[in-house]
Amino acid sequence: MPATLIFYLFATVLILAALMVISARNPVHAVLFLILCFFNAAGLFVLQGAEFLAMLLVIVYVGAVAVLFLFVVMMLDIDFKQLRQGFVRYLPLGALVGAVLLIEIGMMAVHWPTMAGAAAQTPAPAALGNAEAIGAVLYTKYWLPFQVAGLVLLVAMVGAICLTLRDRGQVVRQNVSVQMNRKRSDVIEIKKVPTGQGISDGGMA
Amino acid sequence: MISSAEFVLLSPEILMAAGALLLLMYGVFAGDRVSGTANLVGMIYCIIAAFLVWQMPDQRQYYLNGFLVHDSFASYVKVVVLLGSALALFMADAYARRHSIARPELAVLIMLAALGMMLMISAHDLLSLYMALELQALALYVLAAFQRDRLASSEAGLKYFVLGALSSGLMLYGMSLLYGSFGSTDYLVLASSLSQGGALPMPVLFGLVFVCAAMAFKVSAVPFHMWAPDVYQGAPTPVTAYFAAAPKVAAMAVFARLLLEPLMGAFNDWQQIIIFLSLASMILGGFAAITQTNIKRLMAYSSIAHVGYGLVGLAAGTAEGLQGLLVYLAIYFLNTLGTFAVILCLRHNGTAVENLSDLKGLSKTRPLLALALTINMFSLAGVPPLAGFFGKFYVFMAAAEAQLIWLALVGLLMSAVACYYYIRIVKLVYFDEPDHGTDAVSEIGLRAVIAISAGYMVLFCVAPQPIIGTALEAARGLLLR
Repeated sequence: MPATLIFYLFATVLILAALMVISARNPVHAVLFLILCFFNAAGLFVLQGAEFLAMLLVIVYVGAVAVLFLFVVMMLDIDFKQLRQGFVRYLPLGALVGAVLLIEIGMMAVHWPTMAGAAAQTPAPAALGNAEAIGAVLYTKYWLPFQVAGLVLLVAMVGAICLTLRDRGQVVRQNVSVQMNRKRSDVIEIKKVPTGQGISDGGMA
Repeated sequence: MISSAEFVLLSPEILMAAGALLLLMYGVFAGDRVSGTANLVGMIYCIIAAFLVWQMPDQRQYYLNGFLVHDSFASYVKVVVLLGSALALFMADAYARRHSIARPELAVLIMLAALGMMLMISAHDLLSLYMALELQALALYVLAAFQRDRLASSEAGLKYFVLGALSSGLMLYGMSLLYGSFGSTDYLVLASSLSQGGALPMPVLFGLVFVCAAMAFKVSAVPFHMWAPDVYQGAPTPVTAYFAAAPKVAAMAVFARLLLEPLMGAFNDWQQIIIFLSLASMILGGFAAITQTNIKRLMAYSSIAHVGYGLVGLAAGTAEGLQGLLVYLAIYFLNTLGTFAVILCLRHNGTAVENLSDLKGLSKTRPLLALALTINMFSLAGVPPLAGFFGKFYVFMAAAEAQLIWLALVGLLMSAVACYYYIRIVKLVYFDEPDHGTDAVSEIGLRAVIAISAGYMVLFCVAPQPIIGTALEAARGLLLR
């Protein structure tokens, strides 16, 4: 019974926080609500006995992704008011589509038979911890999807670099050996200036 | 971890992955000036991989813990995809140099996209399918935005990315429902569980609809086609040619495998979806293309219509239907590459032109180019004895045999409508006076692709048996296990 109560607590806060993410006026608040979402989702994972996933969610999503996101929101000058334009105009249609989908999904949820011939549920190994159970199959049975995931990340990296990195010709880069090898005579010219006459710049300027 | 037999089966994919990584390192250290070499090397890798795939034995084998499958169907489609990638790289070189997008990453991304396509064609598990789909899609988003200094290209990349991410979400949701119902993501479990008959439970139906919607997005079938015209028009032209050739073929093949293998037990449920997608694509693609003034946009609507014709074969759900689809794909990819190669040749005083009015009187300024374009247009329209006719013939025959004669009739009617805009191009080329001259074509890549495609379209009727026979074998490899 307490577990059910806690489930509903986490679930309610999760949904409310998710609503706030898309409706908060201040983008920084939206990101903070997103972090609240992640924490509650992690709580749900713990209730299901998936403590490793819960930990990953907190460490990766809260610790890295959300913080990075916060930086982006604060550093980029995005006009969120402009992004929000048309929200009210599209709301009726969007709400209608969403409602239809929600009702259909509700109909599905009340009627969930198990298929004949479906694979049996994998029993949670009692002796094994979560992390150990995942570790036992991730690099063996799931070798291929794991490697492909690596390639997907590589493509993302190559893409991000090749779409944004610009080789600016005007930038002066420091070249240490050139700096060290400079001689006094290369850069300084001493001229005697006769009084009251001045000198022509001698091609210096 | 990986046995030697599995290594042999995986060797084309390993070659592509290792090749792409080596090319990337080479590009990073040697700089942008080696982009020509990179394109050439990438093309050679694709051709070697196609050869490796081609010489594999035909019998069906599961490997890597059932995540992948090897059969004649996979070999057939992989060869088509790899040849499409190789030819696209061959064409891309000259354009890239002229539009200051000559960077070695182009070849690397095309190779990685081709690798993703190979994996998704072989995927025999929802998990490996999804990962491979994402690998190719992510590379394609970057390719669409590759000409980053042109606003239209960036817009194309962003639109493709946002809508593609949405469709991936739909697909994952559908997959999760299937997984929830069957307790497994393995196609074998899905197929055996579904083949036991009975009415389809609601969650399975839901999953089926979501997965179909996502796949319809990937092949740009109506009503999930909105992205295609904008992306086709905005992306750099050789990339557009690549989009219309390789990823479309691969996605159609994945769609076919998904429906005919794990979801074959739900045939009655998905047949109506496919019939609707096919009808809508043929009709919208046919009529919307008429009003277009930009050639790349027109080709996008044309490709939507062609997806509709291909889906007619899939709707039949028989080995003959799948054979028709495979013949169609093998002809269509070269037909569209040839057409885009001609479009790449259209330059006036050094700047590329892509409006229909620029085609006026091409026969007077560039007679050979005009002839190649005419052959490709007639083939796309399905005029016998050109190759395009055979593709349509087999698809419609299979539909008629599967009691879908009315679908075949609508297809025939819509091909007649499509003839209007293909032949209008021929009219512009032959019977109008030129507004301006068209520059001479000197690039060997473009010349070769134009010659290969035009030759193939004309000579296909002399010896159609190799392709048609292989397609039938491939279709049987998938359906009659």
